[in-house]
Amino acid sequence: MGELGRKARLYVLLVRARVRADWQYRTPFVLFTVAQFGITFLDFLLIAVIFQRTPHLEGWSLPEVAFLYGTSGVSFFIGDVFISQVERVGMYVKDGRFDSLLVRPMGTLFQLSTEEFAFRRFGKLVQSTIVLVVATASLDVAWTPGRAGMVALMLTTGAVIFSAIWVAGSAITFFAVDSIEVVNSFTYGGNYATQYPIGVFGPWLRRFITLAVPTAFVNYFPALYVLGRSDTLGLPSWSRFASPGVAVVTVLVAMTAWRVGLRHYRSTGS
Amino acid sequence: MRLWWEVARRSFRRHSTYRAALFAGVFTNTVFGFLKTYVLIAVYDARDGAPINGFDVTDVVTFSWLAQGFWMLAMQSHLELAERIRTGDVVGDLYRPADLQLWWLSSEAGRIAFQILVRSFVPTVVGGLFFHLRLPTSPAVWIAFAVSVALAMVVGFAHRFIVSLTTFWVLSYMGTSQLAMILIGFFSGMFVPITLFPDWLGTIARWTPYPAMLQLPIEVLLGKATSASELAALFAAQVAWAVVLLAAGRWLLAAAQRKVVVQGG
Repeated sequence: MGELGRKARLYVLLVRARVRADWQYRTPFVLFTVAQFGITFLDFLLIAVIFQRTPHLEGWSLPEVAFLYGTSGVSFFIGDVFISQVERVGMYVKDGRFDSLLVRPMGTLFQLSTEEFAFRRFGKLVQSTIVLVVATASLDVAWTPGRAGMVALMLTTGAVIFSAIWVAGSAITFFAVDSIEVVNSFTYGGNYATQYPIGVFGPWLRRFITLAVPTAFVNYFPALYVLGRSDTLGLPSWSRFASPGVAVVTVLVAMTAWRVGLRHYRSTGS
Repeated sequence: MRLWWEVARRSFRRHSTYRAALFAGVFTNTVFGFLKTYVLIAVYDARDGAPINGFDVTDVVTFSWLAQGFWMLAMQSHLELAERIRTGDVVGDLYRPADLQLWWLSSEAGRIAFQILVRSFVPTVVGGLFFHLRLPTSPAVWIAFAVSVALAMVVGFAHRFIVSLTTFWVLSYMGTSQLAMILIGFFSGMFVPITLFPDWLGTIARWTPYPAMLQLPIEVLLGKATSASELAALFAAQVAWAVVLLAAGRWLLAAAQRKVVVQGG
């Protein structure tokens, strides 16, 4: 407990210092937070626009797709606020700052996630939460403790899966420093893909987001249980409850990837 | 004239050296091309293929792959001038006996010319392999498209120039560039063609400069301007926005130079 408590205290301290530093640039800070708010708003308006043109998408109604959008957004932006900073590792490697992380008595992931913490990212999280609440309220679902519990569980496991993708993806930058945008196509792409029912996508893409980069487990499969829908892929019903297991596996893969990346790291020496 | 050509040429060459970032960018554009296309196809499937404002499913699929390919015209990620204002390096630019706006226009023209050359065709080809696209065969349409792309480049630059100049006042351009990115993404046709918007929202979009950066050139390539007068009106809209935004940029630059407090030490 002592060790964990010490880490938690240090985490809060470092994050607070970061937020205070950001606050020095007040106007951009406020503008950015407002902008982040706006991004998700227009983002969601896009789905509203689509539903102006059709009442159903692959048989899913607007509240159901909005539910996917909300759960995807909340999970994704929890990861965005707390973990996505690690993607900046490429810059650290390039300008030599990564060496200084290695000599400090804390893990590199811990240091990156505190040093690059950005409060402004909360804007999107708040907006996704609002969409999720409104969507959930307008769903035509007979709520049971199991279904309500599943919503809480899927948000947690979803955040873990997205965070793991961020870490695993960022580990690639140890091998190819400028490749961070490739990682973004899995993270932001994963966020985009999980806003829609999986049946929308072509068969190979469906298989990819179920088996390779398993974002389908962020919300699609658990949502089938919550909404009482059947799966277009015809996967067995236990897949609806597989998300925690998938989350554990992705974390293990991410930690391994990060460790392999660290071992591969050679200082720029400048 | 010689000077601007040289600036553009050097910028072209400089940007041709960032290969890994280039590959990564193309990869991302292509991945998002698939995601967007599948969603749009699902919309048309749900409507049994009924066209929306004259756009059938092939139009929309072609549109979204071209938008992926030509996104650099409107994209906000490369704000070199803003960074130079933030660091104070802009002082060096202001000392030069050359017009700052034209200098950066030439530099950006070189960068974007390179990007179009190597980036634009990848999403279009991949899209063409996986989906049915409708590209014109008439050389006249391609020439009109090239003109429209050039105008879009100027509009996009003029807008980025204004966004960059705000750094003189707010010192960090993160907020303004993000705000600009939302507006551009939404109203330029990048996220979905603005043709799919409900009429009232489409009208609003048409009154912003953003369609001139991406939507209009793609409409030209899709042959949506069917008569010479329609094409002329479309070009006129792009030219008008280019002039208005360039003028606004000059005015803002003059204001900035009057009050300038340069960061640095």
